Amino acid sequence: MTILVIAEHDNKVLAPATLNTVAAAVKIGGDIHVLVAGQGAGAVAEAAAKVAGVSKVLLADNAAYAHQLPENVAPLVAELGAGYSHILAAATSNGKNILPRVAAQLDVDQISEIISVESADTFKRPIYAGNAIATVQSSAAVKVITVRATGFDPVAAEGGSAAIEAVSAAHDAGISSFVGEELAKSDRPELTAAKIVVSGGRGMQNGDNFKHLYELADKLGAAVGASRAAVDAGFVPNDMQVGQTGKIVAPQLYIAVGISGAIQHLAGMKDSKVIVAINKDEEAPIFQVADYGLVADLFEAVPELSKLV
Amino acid sequence: MKVLVAVKRVVDYNVKVRVKADNSGVDLANVKMSMNPFCEIAVEEAVRLKEKGVATEIVVVSIGPTTAQEQLRTALALGADRAILVESAEDLTSLAVAKLLKAVVDKEQPSLVILGKQAIDSDNNQTGQMLAALTGYGQGTFASKVEVSGDNVAVTREIDGGAQTVSLKLPAIVTTDLRLNEPRYASLPNIMKAKKKPLEVLTPDALGVSTASTNKTVKVEAPAARSAGIKVKSVAELVEKLKNEAKVI
Repeated sequence: MTILVIAEHDNKVLAPATLNTVAAAVKIGGDIHVLVAGQGAGAVAEAAAKVAGVSKVLLADNAAYAHQLPENVAPLVAELGAGYSHILAAATSNGKNILPRVAAQLDVDQISEIISVESADTFKRPIYAGNAIATVQSSAAVKVITVRATGFDPVAAEGGSAAIEAVSAAHDAGISSFVGEELAKSDRPELTAAKIVVSGGRGMQNGDNFKHLYELADKLGAAVGASRAAVDAGFVPNDMQVGQTGKIVAPQLYIAVGISGAIQHLAGMKDSKVIVAINKDEEAPIFQVADYGLVADLFEAVPELSKLV
Repeated sequence: MKVLVAVKRVVDYNVKVRVKADNSGVDLANVKMSMNPFCEIAVEEAVRLKEKGVATEIVVVSIGPTTAQEQLRTALALGADRAILVESAEDLTSLAVAKLLKAVVDKEQPSLVILGKQAIDSDNNQTGQMLAALTGYGQGTFASKVEVSGDNVAVTREIDGGAQTVSLKLPAIVTTDLRLNEPRYASLPNIMKAKKKPLEVLTPDALGVSTASTNKTVKVEAPAARSAGIKVKSVAELVEKLKNEAKVI
């Protein structure tokens, strides 16, 4: 059994989610190869070669793969992946974009966002916004799977010494092109990788009031998230959204401020180790999942909390 | 140009689902069903394209049980011109649905196909991408903005660190994200008019598509319940608990 893991990267840095994906591959068992498809991504391949448990790195360096366009990357993965027992990618926006296209090209069903490996062909995944956990068995010759990063502890980024092999295949479908991108800038830790997350909801009332959360987050070394209500109201950009349709986080500590706790939001954070809720409505559903609840006005409680930590 | 929109009948997003006692699935008997929220956004986008004069005809398609006709009628009331139901009582996988949609695309030859990015029941987020692979079209997934100009469509996509814009040659597949638009409500006169709009019923057999699957759901369980927490009385008590009891700060 040999498993192909698709590396998540920006042509410069190997994204941490790749380490969680390799961890899932280790649980399945077998040889683990990592594919780095990009342009000028040599440093990423070298980083991937050092990842514990990886036995070979395939580097497909071509202008067609520069922006991870699925029309170009999926045929490459399908071609290389046909000989593997499993193809794994992180359930990031890239992984979700590319992998179903690969699965359809290989004519197999995909299993999305697994949270555990039961055996080489059986996996668990959440459905209905995390309100049920399905155990799914695959009889496909090549099992195509996306991995929810928060379900697996990452493997060590150092310690491996895999060989790097160049892949010359160049697939350019010529039906799509990259126009531009706008990335949100932040000095705080990345939301999905942070050990502590402080999130605000509609109760923050406006974008300016998020400064209270930023202050608290900086004291704690935390990332700042938001509910969909806060994003839709324009308080913060949408890449801060935690939930079924945003990011899935599972930090050590999640502090929900002014968030009622709709099921779509809970789907994104209820695997956090400790949940704290600060809300002035003591009937808010968030208190049903919170380990520590504080019924208080957030505009008094959050500044006080910043002072005390 | 012709726009094809795929819609799915799912359990209403406000319903708190329960897992069946025999672990065979979730209990959907007597539960309110609705159009998947992301599909509503897809229908809305198609209607807006028609209002802008970009789209000339909107065909809405659903794959599912006879009752999915309700969701198709809703889409017709929102502004779609005609509907197709591919009737199947089975629980189909995303790949099977994508294959059936491919057959409908071959028949209808739309310039643009709009789907939701994921259905809130299976949470798969696969069908649009799979349809793009089967048709060989470009894909603009998780769209927050769609602009058609000539033979191309520019799609702004929500990605992990922000937004990305790609340009796709038409025909193309677009899947909607939440921020693409705010769907309208169907008015009563439009609901009445929708009853007279054409609705064609097909079957997987008639389309010559096999819906066999390589995935099997072995069991469905309720997630592990969190143990009940406590309410603290003050910020000082909260900090004390987090430091000494939970040891997380």
